[in-house]
Amino acid sequence: MHGGYGSMNILNGVNMTLYADEVGVIVGPNGAGKSTMLKAVFGLLNVNQGEILLNGQPIHNLPPNQLVERGMGFVPQEKNVFPSLTVKENLEMGAYLKPQNVKRMLAQVYDFFPPLVEKRHQPAGELSGGQRQMVAMGRALMAEPTLLLLDEPTAGLSPLYMNEIFDRVKKINAAGVGILMVEQNAKQALAIADKGFVLAAGQNRFTDTGAALLADPDVAKSFLGG
Amino acid sequence: MNELVFFINNVVIAGSVTGSIYAIGAIGVTLIFSIMRFAHFAHADIMTFGAFMVLLLTTAFPAVGASIGVPTALVMLPLAMLLTAALAVGIDKAFYKPLRAHGVKPIVMVIGSLGVTLMLQGLIRLFSGTGGQSLYVDDRKEIFRIALPFEGVRAPIVITEPQIYLFVITLVAVVALHLFLNRSRLGKAMRAMSDNPELAQASGINTNTIVAVTWVIAGALAAIAGTLLSLDVTFKPDLSFFLLLPIFAAAIVGGVGHPYGAIAGGFVVGFAETLAVFNWNVLLRPFRDSLPTWLELPSNLAFVGTEYKIVVPFFILVAILVWRPTGLFKGKVI
Repeated sequence: MHGGYGSMNILNGVNMTLYADEVGVIVGPNGAGKSTMLKAVFGLLNVNQGEILLNGQPIHNLPPNQLVERGMGFVPQEKNVFPSLTVKENLEMGAYLKPQNVKRMLAQVYDFFPPLVEKRHQPAGELSGGQRQMVAMGRALMAEPTLLLLDEPTAGLSPLYMNEIFDRVKKINAAGVGILMVEQNAKQALAIADKGFVLAAGQNRFTDTGAALLADPDVAKSFLGG
Repeated sequence: MNELVFFINNVVIAGSVTGSIYAIGAIGVTLIFSIMRFAHFAHADIMTFGAFMVLLLTTAFPAVGASIGVPTALVMLPLAMLLTAALAVGIDKAFYKPLRAHGVKPIVMVIGSLGVTLMLQGLIRLFSGTGGQSLYVDDRKEIFRIALPFEGVRAPIVITEPQIYLFVITLVAVVALHLFLNRSRLGKAMRAMSDNPELAQASGINTNTIVAVTWVIAGALAAIAGTLLSLDVTFKPDLSFFLLLPIFAAAIVGGVGHPYGAIAGGFVVGFAETLAVFNWNVLLRPFRDSLPTWLELPSNLAFVGTEYKIVVPFFILVAILVWRPTGLFKGKVI
């Protein structure tokens, strides 16, 4: 796949395959096109060449709201909550297209993220970074996605929250949701990955299981800081 | 006591009337800004359009109201709200939507809305003429004089029928809007889009629907404001246009993009205006005898003359922009 902003390509021939209910992790140096990759999958920028398939159906260049209908959820890295809406309202917006599911999914999301229960009537803008990340992931989960895209879910979080978020990602995946995430904390992320993709300069450099990538001395030397 | 009654009539009632109209107008301006991020200068003339629709309908069927005991103009208001909402959606489709599709800067939208305002004003004038016309075609404007049961109070509290309707309708409109924004799925989606349009889209919210809903609400509220203003005074094709500045001042004072702020801002500007033109001599008169002899009260103690009333919102606007650009409630900085 080739794609980028406007006619300029940031991705130059990326190839990724992820099976349903797997955790895929994209790592790589800054500027490798990790976030760009995720945005391209979610229809937020142009795919100039190649294709993106979801369950065998071409989905590239479909608008985001149609991708949500097809079972894709996206959690951006920044600005990923509605700050003036309460936590509960944020979550409700996630199920905007399936209002009949709100009650059931709210219960499920509160189950994944118990700290949100007590904060549910508080505006999301007043929460800490970690809690906000939970709201953001919860909002995406409300639509009952089959594939969840996470853009650096642990960026800027304290180590405590970081572990908690990785823990939740595992749990969400165990509930049958496929995950494709971009991560800076490569070692921790690859440890929970079924598949890892090392990206550099808009191309795949290494693709293997998370464990194999962690064990690969070349990957370790060039991308994981030894 | 008579002086106090004078104060109630000229400040409390007059300020609430002006404040209510500014508030309803400012809510529309602020909603449009929060969803589309531009200052909609044609809002005042959409108000005029609403009042003009009421005038047309009332002239066509002048006797409808008498059968149920309310002014005909009021019976026609819901219909005029519908027509004005349709006009607002139509204007958006014809003029603003193509601009948005080109991804123009907000200032281009603002200039576009100035064009719309000139066009609307010309069109309304073409059909209504330039003079004033009463919205009370077949009905009589009731004026209530409420005598107070205190000794020595001769002056009654004066309130007119349209003013009472104005207070009631403002209250209903504000409560309805509050419930809509906080309880309904569409209202919450509107707040979500105001907060973060990209994320709203990523949640599957159809932003075109939200834009249309915004115009419907803004148009309907504009029709209410324009009609109630014209009921209180008379219908004139440029009456609402002169309220454009105070309405924007109200929206900015309250914090742009903040509906409750717009309500507060409306009353702040409304009361500031009436207090500024109020003749304070009246309130001081009872104490005249106890004042030192060298201090003679001038007969007119108003801050500004009535003819300069329009400078008050200007002044408030400048003061707010200098000292608190986000408004009383935290709004977005334009």
